[in-house]
Amino acid sequence: MSVKVGDVCRHVRSKQAGPFWVTIDLFFDGAENYEKYHKHPALSPALIEKLYGAPADQVGFYHVDDLAVVKISYPRASVQGGMVERDLHSGQQYVRLLDVELT
Amino acid sequence: MPVLTDTVNIIVPCGSLGAGVRESEVAWGLAQGAHAFATDAGSTDSGAAYLAQGVSKNNRASVKRDLQILMRAQASAGIPIIIGTAGQAGGDMNVDWTSDIVIEVAEELEYSPRIALLYSELDRAQVKALNARGRIAPLAPKGPLDDSTVDKCDHIVAAMGVEPFIEALQHGADIIIAGRSTDTAVLACYPIWRGASWGAAWHAGKVGECGVQCAADPSRGSGVLLRVGADGFRVEPLSQDNRCTPHSVSAHMLYENKDPFRLVEPGGVLDVTNARYIQVDERTVEVTGSVWEQAPYTLKLEGAGAGPYQTLMLVGIQDPDVLNDVDGFHDRLLYALNRRVQRSIPADQLGEYHISLRLYGWNAVSGDTVPAGTPPPREIGVLFVATAATQELADDIARCCNPYFFHFPSVPDKELPSYGFPFSPAQVSRGQVYEFLLNHVVSTEDPLELIRIEWADARGDRRRVG
Repeated sequence: MSVKVGDVCRHVRSKQAGPFWVTIDLFFDGAENYEKYHKHPALSPALIEKLYGAPADQVGFYHVDDLAVVKISYPRASVQGGMVERDLHSGQQYVRLLDVELT
Repeated sequence: MPVLTDTVNIIVPCGSLGAGVRESEVAWGLAQGAHAFATDAGSTDSGAAYLAQGVSKNNRASVKRDLQILMRAQASAGIPIIIGTAGQAGGDMNVDWTSDIVIEVAEELEYSPRIALLYSELDRAQVKALNARGRIAPLAPKGPLDDSTVDKCDHIVAAMGVEPFIEALQHGADIIIAGRSTDTAVLACYPIWRGASWGAAWHAGKVGECGVQCAADPSRGSGVLLRVGADGFRVEPLSQDNRCTPHSVSAHMLYENKDPFRLVEPGGVLDVTNARYIQVDERTVEVTGSVWEQAPYTLKLEGAGAGPYQTLMLVGIQDPDVLNDVDGFHDRLLYALNRRVQRSIPADQLGEYHISLRLYGWNAVSGDTVPAGTPPPREIGVLFVATAATQELADDIARCCNPYFFHFPSVPDKELPSYGFPFSPAQVSRGQVYEFLLNHVVSTEDPLELIRIEWADARGDRRRVG
């Protein structure tokens, strides 16, 4: 059975961290799924490069064990508020992570 | 567990000045023995326009209303009010806009607070000179700064640390209106001035910077009370029907923050890797173990500049022919609009321009290709965005595109459709595109070197201190 990010997190959010960075917080639904998936190979800088166009070597992954959170920070691929802005505060960017498979 | 004694107590009345301070919360905080009010009044979150234009995001009446509540409380309680990143962006114009409101309220309340204005705007020549002396370094993902980038900035600010605030407090400021400051410094300055632990003060500042956002239910109430001591700090919501929990407080370190453990500030780094969060009563969390590591003093620079102009049009479409082939419609319409523009406006007038169509209800937010087999939406909104060198030109492009945008058929040999315009005239002149152009730090040995401190009183007279 395929498990997706959205299935094992109780909350996922994205937001800008200053004008040049985006940060995504994956709040896992408990210690069990956090232990099982927080270092899953699918959750990698290469995935962030593929989904968001951020260079993999600039992507940061942080494991916040006490909160069962994986935090992912990456540089914005396009300028905040630029000519073709679609999501100024990056608040919708998390959505495309929800369907990433963790199998 | 050590009990926090001799704490310095800060009321953070709201997440950002103008967001809605509550009189009952302020009264409760004062009854707990608060020593100061502190709040920021902006951030970079909403884009570069506010710094580039020197205008506030909030309306004047909202900011004035919050100031009236705080200043009425100050007139009787006599404790300082500390405001950072005034007027959304913290440029000199944003500071002056805020100080005009403060002076107006003071005159209405008939009292004379001593008002410190902390300016951190730098002019372009100053920034170029600092850069030439090797004092400006890039932050990822930017590269080294060049003069042409500086020239594109309409306004440049440096984000202050705690020292300019402390300088103003030492000179007896009742109200501090600061330009761009780090969110944390605004809240940390007063406890640090009064001798609290730097680690605890900076961490309290980070936890409290969005007001009630660090509580279990961010929709209940507006502010928090911070009590900062020698070994740690406590935080509780000002609203009695809300509570802080170790989870709600520790999770706030994640918020709008790249690194959940380490926060770089002017003159050091806050490290919360080993912080402990304990529920000490139903509503209050105590935090210990936060560490302040001193580092060479740097101020982060923000610079904003204006680019080309945009004009918008919007139509709503329920036409089944369009909805059955949204992507094909988009591609054909965009091609037709560009061809129409290039045939109608002489190339030497047109210059560089751009048209984009955003299909709301289909893929406007992501810009991604919609998977094959996705059922047709019930309706879409098509946002037309023309970008050009001047507003007149962007408007002209929109007017030139209007008949096609209004009537473009999705299938041949049918009567021309008319899509749903919500406005007349159809086009909206949006103004310029604004961008943040700097992501750099300037190093200094003197935290006050780049900051100007002025004083104002309720008659509006100004004089420089020192």
